[in-house]
Amino acid sequence: MLVVVCIKQVPDTTQVQIDPVTNTLVREGIPFIVNPYDTHALEEALRLKDRFGFRVAAISMGPPNAEATLKKALALGVDEAILLSDRAFGGADTLATSRVLSEAIDRLNRQEQVGIVICGKQTIDGDTAQVGPGIATRLGYTQLTLVDRVEKFDPFQGRITVRRKLEGRHETVEAPLPVLLTVVRELNRPRYPTVPMRLESEQATVQVWSNQELQLDQNGIGLKGSPTWVSRIFSPQREKGEIVGDGVADPAGAAHLLVDKLVSRDLLVV
Amino acid sequence: MSPNPQLFLLLLILSASAFVIGCYRRFSLVALGRPEDRLDAPGTRFARMLRLAFGQQRVLGKPFGMNHFVIFWSFIILAAANAEFVVSGVLPQAGLAALPAPLQHALLFLFDLVSLAALVCVLIAFARRLFFAEPSLSSDYVKARSPEALLILSLIAVLMLAYFGLHAARIMIGMEDPTAMPVSAAIAALMAAPLATDPTAVATWSWWLHALALLSFLAYLPQSKHMHILTAIPNCFFAGLERPNTQPREEFARGMRFGAGRVDEFTWKDLFDSFSCTECGRCQEACPAAATGKSLNPRSIIHALKTNLLANGSSLRAGETPTLPLLANASDTGPGEGSAGDDAIWACTTCGACMNACPVLIEHMPKIVKMRRHLVQMRASFPEELSAFFENVEARSNPWGIAPTERTKWHANLPVRPFEQGKTEYLLYVGCAGAFDARQKQVTVALATILDAAGVSWGTLGKEERCCGDSLRRLGNEFVFDRTARDNVKLLAERGVKKIVTQCPHCFTTLKNDYRQYGMELEVVHHSELLAGLLASGQLELKQRVAQFGTVLFHDSCYLGRHNDVYSAPRQVLATTTGASPAEFVRNAERSFCCGAGGGRMWQEEQEGERINLNRVKEALQQKPDTICVSCPYCLTMMEDGLKDLQGGAVRVKDLAEVVVEGLRA
Repeated sequence: MLVVVCIKQVPDTTQVQIDPVTNTLVREGIPFIVNPYDTHALEEALRLKDRFGFRVAAISMGPPNAEATLKKALALGVDEAILLSDRAFGGADTLATSRVLSEAIDRLNRQEQVGIVICGKQTIDGDTAQVGPGIATRLGYTQLTLVDRVEKFDPFQGRITVRRKLEGRHETVEAPLPVLLTVVRELNRPRYPTVPMRLESEQATVQVWSNQELQLDQNGIGLKGSPTWVSRIFSPQREKGEIVGDGVADPAGAAHLLVDKLVSRDLLVV
Repeated sequence: MSPNPQLFLLLLILSASAFVIGCYRRFSLVALGRPEDRLDAPGTRFARMLRLAFGQQRVLGKPFGMNHFVIFWSFIILAAANAEFVVSGVLPQAGLAALPAPLQHALLFLFDLVSLAALVCVLIAFARRLFFAEPSLSSDYVKARSPEALLILSLIAVLMLAYFGLHAARIMIGMEDPTAMPVSAAIAALMAAPLATDPTAVATWSWWLHALALLSFLAYLPQSKHMHILTAIPNCFFAGLERPNTQPREEFARGMRFGAGRVDEFTWKDLFDSFSCTECGRCQEACPAAATGKSLNPRSIIHALKTNLLANGSSLRAGETPTLPLLANASDTGPGEGSAGDDAIWACTTCGACMNACPVLIEHMPKIVKMRRHLVQMRASFPEELSAFFENVEARSNPWGIAPTERTKWHANLPVRPFEQGKTEYLLYVGCAGAFDARQKQVTVALATILDAAGVSWGTLGKEERCCGDSLRRLGNEFVFDRTARDNVKLLAERGVKKIVTQCPHCFTTLKNDYRQYGMELEVVHHSELLAGLLASGQLELKQRVAQFGTVLFHDSCYLGRHNDVYSAPRQVLATTTGASPAEFVRNAERSFCCGAGGGRMWQEEQEGERINLNRVKEALQQKPDTICVSCPYCLTMMEDGLKDLQGGAVRVKDLAEVVVEGLRA
């Protein structure tokens, strides 16, 4: 059985700034990281590998420099890394992206049966949480989103039971394979690469699949296949706070004022 | 002179064989270690060996040190007496009797007095262990192993008593001159009445007792911790000349193993160390982790190496996998005698107190770092909290994972210039704490203000400055440290930096000592040294004597003091600034006690035992200070946290620069 993990290279959003004139992200000199949720997806796939000996493939759609992200996945122990990269894929929204990823997974499925696809619940740059469900829909897999625990997994029966983390409650669901999971951070603690694995991954090759391999209709991918248009990106203006009282001269008084303020705004219940 | 040369020769051959086989077995195990050059600078090494081994410098620094000094020198002198005993035991015509009478007389006189001194010291050593055991001698560890110490002491005592018995009897028989041997003569006088009947029998019995004690000692020596009498002296010669914090580099290539996860992945010198330890416990006494109830005991680490090597020796020689693991996982039943526990390995603050205390220069800390290197690099196994630390340093080059663009925020309200090649004298290496930690940023501003007031030409690397990698290296993440160091050395060379001033002893030692391994030879000073120089030369003029901090107690940072020998500079600065020498901790200067944050402990929880910073702050409060003065960002955090926990009242913690800057106010 093959386990597929979808990962994305994202700009380190703590370092991203928005150009006030063009309303676009200033990406120059900003380092890229693996989307944090995807690191948990990767970890869960590797745990399945450790437990059952499944092979794990990591796929990512992105520009050629996204290879670095897949190298990190190789350093952690994935067996195969595939970069879906083509100018024709560029400018894709979540719909066009999920078409490309689905096709790639289907292609992998023809070589070895895919049982589980794991994605992060969302990326920290787009924050849509749509690509995972989009892939599941296109492939006809059962989608289990917001997974924070794999309760039971029986590869022989072909069934999986997971716990979903919802607002204020948990939900335990069971589904037959193949499934697509989107995962939250609470699921696991991602491993750290060993040095021998890092050194191996530096030599390992990342396969690059373009649309020549996938043969998707040009009108369904990239900018052309994307119905979503971003009209404006901006940083919300943050109101400057105020200093309440004098914490140095009169800490008790300042604390009192602060509590009153919080209560008056319904932020604190006495 | 021997009652039975043939029998003695037979026993001698048996005993010498046991000795040779025992030594061969151990030294051939040492040869299983990885190669390492310890023969450079032989002159320096030899001088140090004379001072520490023959001069017993560190032994004498402790109570009962003189006792050991006397036993040590008695052994050396009596080695000649025992050699004579053995030779004349086999060849009765040889020995002292063959020497000219005045020389024979002088030697007998010397041996007689030295034997008495040794006997007295052995009795004192007995009494110390049995009746006046100090805390370091009453631990479970020592209790478990004290029979061995007592057995060795008993053998020495028997040797001396037999020596006196033999010579007293010979004096009674008239074979030896009583004027040459005053102690033996006195004993002869005492024995005269009860044993007058048969002094010859006494001589024979004493001779055999002496012979058996000597031969037993010889045979037993390599099996025991008393092996140190053979290894301690060369160990002082071979000990590292580098600062104790500077671990050797690792080369990274595919197919290699990193760190020490098996006993044969240590160097031969590491293994030799384990046979040089006599388990005196000075390291344990000095260790902040051991003192606060952590699993770590540096003495046990060294002992574990030895027992692991002995247990795995034959399988290692046969090229097989060792049976006893060196590192015991937490999930295992617990570390056996020959294994080091994970908890112990992660508890080390790399403060270097153990190495500073060891009389025979055993290198505990590098071994702990080597085992950490294995855990991090080969197994990716380390305390959970370190995941975030490693990721943050690697991705954003600071421990907190704050955006590198915020590195210059500390000088939002100050005119700070970038370092310019040829124009700027000093690069101020701000350091991660100095740039990101809210409290330490105040210190950076104070230091910048002082440098400007003194007219020092300085600049920074701005947002391009990166983490120096100190914690990475001490935590065993050598792979990431290696990349960090290469990048930093390249950047500093490109910018034409020649002189660096740091406010953090960890940046200081890393740039100064660790980066030398990467070919960087820069003048690196800690701000305490620079400020001392500026004050002494008059370049920095204070407008007023600083009195508002009251009694100032100075806390030595391990990485400034013990690791770099900077003790007087900060004290001079405080004396000039406040008009009085600072108050001192009981444990100060090279015996200073760690704040608990070095060695990457800053980024880990401290759940086991008492918190190290509380131990130190309690010690501080005994001195009734108004201010605790530090010279390190980690110490600053740890002291302030400790004071909060202990409700330290009005006691403040200030960095040296914050004290000095007050003197600039008119």
